Amino acid sequence: MRIGIDVGGTNTDAVLLDGRQVLASVKTSTTADVTSGIVAAIDGLQRQRAFDPAAVRAVMIGTTHFINALVEAHRLAPTAAVRLSLPAGASLPPMVDWPQRLVDAVSGRSYLVHGGHEFDGRHIAELDESELRKAADDMGEAGVRSVAITSVFSPVNAEFETRAAEIIGAQLPDVAISLSHEIGRIGLLERENATVINAALRELAAHIVDGLAASVTGAGITAPLYLSQNDGTLMDVDFARRYPVATFASGPTNSMRGAAVLSGLDTCAVVDVGGTTSDVGVLRQGFPREATTDVSVAGIRTNFRMPDVLSIGLGGGSRVRGNVTVGPDSVGYELTSKALVFGGDTLTATDIAVAAGRADIGDASLVAHLDRSLVRAALDKIAADVSDVVERMRTSAEPLPVVAVGGGSVLLPEELAGCGEVHRPENYAVANAIGAAIAQIGGEVDRVYVIEPGRRESVVDEAKQEAVDRAVAAGASPASVGIVDFDEVPIPYLPGNATRIRVKAVGDLQLGV
Amino acid sequence: MREITEHDLADIARGAAILGTGGGGDPYIGRLLAASAVRSDGPVPLVPLAELDDDAVVLPVAMMGAPTVMVEKLPSAEQVGLAARTLAGYLGKELTHIACAEAGGVNSLIPVVAAAQLGLPLVDADGMGRAFPELQMVLPTLYGIRATPMSIADEKGNRGVLDTVDNHWAERLARSATIDMGCSAMISNYAMSGAQAREALVPGTLSLCAELGALVRAARSEHADPVDRVVSRLGGRRLFSGKVVDVARRTVTGFARGEARLSGMDGDSGAELVLRFQNEHLVAERDGVVEASVPDLICTLERESGEAVTTEGLRYGQRVTVIAAPADPRWHTPEGIALAGPRYFGYDIDPIGVAG
Repeated sequence: MRIGIDVGGTNTDAVLLDGRQVLASVKTSTTADVTSGIVAAIDGLQRQRAFDPAAVRAVMIGTTHFINALVEAHRLAPTAAVRLSLPAGASLPPMVDWPQRLVDAVSGRSYLVHGGHEFDGRHIAELDESELRKAADDMGEAGVRSVAITSVFSPVNAEFETRAAEIIGAQLPDVAISLSHEIGRIGLLERENATVINAALRELAAHIVDGLAASVTGAGITAPLYLSQNDGTLMDVDFARRYPVATFASGPTNSMRGAAVLSGLDTCAVVDVGGTTSDVGVLRQGFPREATTDVSVAGIRTNFRMPDVLSIGLGGGSRVRGNVTVGPDSVGYELTSKALVFGGDTLTATDIAVAAGRADIGDASLVAHLDRSLVRAALDKIAADVSDVVERMRTSAEPLPVVAVGGGSVLLPEELAGCGEVHRPENYAVANAIGAAIAQIGGEVDRVYVIEPGRRESVVDEAKQEAVDRAVAAGASPASVGIVDFDEVPIPYLPGNATRIRVKAVGDLQLGV
Repeated sequence: MREITEHDLADIARGAAILGTGGGGDPYIGRLLAASAVRSDGPVPLVPLAELDDDAVVLPVAMMGAPTVMVEKLPSAEQVGLAARTLAGYLGKELTHIACAEAGGVNSLIPVVAAAQLGLPLVDADGMGRAFPELQMVLPTLYGIRATPMSIADEKGNRGVLDTVDNHWAERLARSATIDMGCSAMISNYAMSGAQAREALVPGTLSLCAELGALVRAARSEHADPVDRVVSRLGGRRLFSGKVVDVARRTVTGFARGEARLSGMDGDSGAELVLRFQNEHLVAERDGVVEASVPDLICTLERESGEAVTTEGLRYGQRVTVIAAPADPRWHTPEGIALAGPRYFGYDIDPIGVAG
């Protein structure tokens, strides 16, 4: 048995799975502390279908917490970006293309320091340690709590990043340090952006991850805890603590993978209506369509592979106002105290769904007084907004079937104008949690190879095979394993045509595990 | 378009990256550099090629090196203007205009930065109508215009002026210096008069870049196929749609050299396309048969969005459509083919044009 949990901004969903069979599913509210929501969800599963906690083999958690923190620009640590590049690089300083509100939210400070490598391993300049110490002094005074260090060509040679971390760490022992060569690939601005985002999320990650672990152990479960990553694979808790940025796009990936399994459709638009947002992605031949290179997250460009998703601020918790707007603001996790059906005083999309008879949540009598025409107008507005987004995601003239998932999808009509029938598969409300539970197992190789002339093909094959073997060893079913990422960085300063090869293979978790 | 404002830069960069045929630099970096220059120094006046006076002093500027390096080692703040200032000082002439040596994501935008920094207008033209990897591969070479005196400047403040016996020597010596400078240098060369520029440059390139960029953007918002729009605007043809299954890439002899393998999808499933590049795409071979070659343009576009993918941006799993488009007819003369045809790059074939 496995437990999949999806912690969204509004709802925490959990499923108990045996293979791909859903034994129990619950939907609870996300709590401000996150952990009590998870405890409630696991209790809910237990009540629906009693199980022995010791029989749970793994717990997989998908969370939009980190990306939400960035999008909402709160709970981000005061962060410094240190770039080792001078005299190069000053034309485009760190965070150059960031929305100003996010620079403000991370109290973003940047420091350009002498250092960095040339493509062939020479130093652009020697690392200026006194400059670094001065920068560290300044960071200390400014109250910086997390530092992102990026050196030019660090994927080829990481020595300066490592040394800079020692110097800053010695002076500021309490700050978290994120190094770009561990996070991204060639492409300085994108790698630096991802590293700064990671740094800004480190404190929150430590807090959340501790909470997740405590709530799962609290339920008597001793099985390993995993978080799902952008590419639909799992990472362990310690990795999540250090690299929260890797969870970024896991929400849409999970909902799309869950929707594919639940609906059996392999080419469709997936509309995931949560409590705060609706995310629309496209499955093509079973795989989430990838974002184009110029797509950014919260207005910041990175070079992660992530699904192409368009989000609008429309969900079950969206505030509905007068004449007639729905969202983009949401009551979020306070739905159960603020919505009318729960005795609150805020008109939300959930109240509209209940008044229209599409959902049975809370106390329906509390919305019986709502004006029918208001209810109608709000539903029409929701349908129009969502079909507009689906329309924008469509890239060919052919109509795209729509699969609706997520608790808020009761807000959608049976048919969307211009899109046709809306498929709502069984267990649609917990597709994300199912997606998390069926997340794939990855195997990675990241190593420097010596490639003799004419041998490249066999070296590449060898590296790929090793990644596949590692995925299988980690529990992936051999027939399902495929290569999802391959990156090759020549290292010209080492003899023998040295090349850093990074390969990732992923496959489905062996059923029955 | 009579002046380039910050608002125009995204379309120009997007379109320029298409004409860059895989090279010419990362359009994101080009756009950011130009945006920062235009923000601090104001919009750049754009002058149609035909309006240049005979005695105008036109100076092309560009980045030289390997695009794989330019995405890591970004220029210093002063570096862009430095090459043009150095050459102007050496020539002892008052510059009147800046021009583009080639079309490309960085090399169409670096001249915008130089023009803004120097307070000069930019000529709506370029030296190739596309991007090519080597310095002598510009139409002005065909008109006997000398590449040198040329200047070269790195981010450390090193500057050089070369005066060579011919344009091939200019490439050779400048390439050596570029490699020592870390494979990324700012250059200014082919100083020419307005009369020479009118004859030797390709007119309207920046306007075409802006138009292509706008076409792609509009097609996406209309759910039309952006690749179709680009193909039809350039009078080109589709070669292949597929998934990138392998990219082998090295920074050697000052270039990003390598090849990419694509496994076919849609109508091309079962077939394989190999793209061979030296900064720019040189030949496209379908199942071992060359389907397109220099001097015509071979462009890789994201299959759905129509965004150009540079050779340094190609990566495993991307889904792209490869198109070919005709080069300026002067590239198809015997002299043009000798300068930048397949044999120059070591492929013993006659050029395979867009017509097939």
